[in-house]
Amino acid sequence: MRANYGYKDGSGEFFITIDTDACPRCAERPCVAACPAGVLEIVEDDYDDQVAAVREADRRRLKYACAPCKPVSDPPPLACVSGCPAGAIVHSW
Amino acid sequence: MAEQEYWRWTEYRHHDESIDPRAGAIVAAGIDVGSVSSQAVVTVDDRLYAFSSMRTGSNSPDSATNALNWALEGTGLTPGDLACVVGTGYGRVNIPFADKAITEIACHARGANFMYGPSVRTLLDMGGQDCKIIHCDEQGKVRAFLMNDKCAAGTGRGMEVFADLLAVPIEQVGALSFEVEEEPDPVSSTCVVFAKSEATGLLRRGWPKSKVLAAYCAAMAHRVVTLIERLGIEKEFAITGGIAKNAGVVKRLQRELGVEPLTTTYDAQIAGALGGALFATALVRKGKGRKA
Repeated sequence: MRANYGYKDGSGEFFITIDTDACPRCAERPCVAACPAGVLEIVEDDYDDQVAAVREADRRRLKYACAPCKPVSDPPPLACVSGCPAGAIVHSW
Repeated sequence: MAEQEYWRWTEYRHHDESIDPRAGAIVAAGIDVGSVSSQAVVTVDDRLYAFSSMRTGSNSPDSATNALNWALEGTGLTPGDLACVVGTGYGRVNIPFADKAITEIACHARGANFMYGPSVRTLLDMGGQDCKIIHCDEQGKVRAFLMNDKCAAGTGRGMEVFADLLAVPIEQVGALSFEVEEEPDPVSSTCVVFAKSEATGLLRRGWPKSKVLAAYCAAMAHRVVTLIERLGIEKEFAITGGIAKNAGVVKRLQRELGVEPLTTTYDAQIAGALGGALFATALVRKGKGRKA
């Protein structure tokens, strides 16, 4: 499942897309620890799979929660994106 | 004399007298406590038996109880007769008698699969305070989703605000929006507050209510189309939620997307609760219901 967490408002589109089909095959779940803001967590989805998700409390404030990882100049690779061995995490902005 | 509340839509209930619930093997329920409305659906062996739709109150447990009791009214059933209850919607975690909480994304997909058939691949749920785009498979299982619940633009609540502003009963908004000689440009599509200010200005300039409504329905349709395009559209396409009943938005959405949504004889507003009831039935079959 491609889960798009985030929002669109007057200031832009801020979505983190997670392809959760990759999660059940991932034993370590390194994405959770990789995010310095603690935005990600492992939850049981509606079909009883353990998958990565954006925390409920962060879904409406991603622009701000993720801002420290997105400096204006010379942005490094995003920790969550490079932390996922399956390459299943993508940011829209 | 009480001031008329133009946003207030008609609450309703129904049960199918051709079905004998006592003859069924599994009687289950789904309850969708949304931010604006609550629905309860009772199924008998995967057949839609009874449902209700009413305004959500300030207390989710009470809203769920009231919706379920109203759906069961006149059926001879009591909540104790239900083999399993699934709660969904934004208030799903506050339904004390629910056996399981399942997201409204999964429930709408499952409900739409029942209502529109297995050919549905893209579902738009325009709820009271959020908007969801869902891709699903032939079994109604979610393959992708996108939800926007931060902004009221493109939601039922936004439409209610406009109904009140223009003093037009909410159920007449869609039809009235077509009573224009030519389609006006959409009003602001990024924010209901700005759109409301813009609409007030248009009224002062002498625009008739129908033209303002046409501009707002077009703005809402455009807003939703931008979200649909983010996920992509796969045929067949269907719409659930209260806004599915607003032809003013649906027709403009169809025009902008170039895709005709499927139609159904079922009430599109109960899709979430219906999906919940179908999940509840499946749980009983897996031995996970309260009367399994």
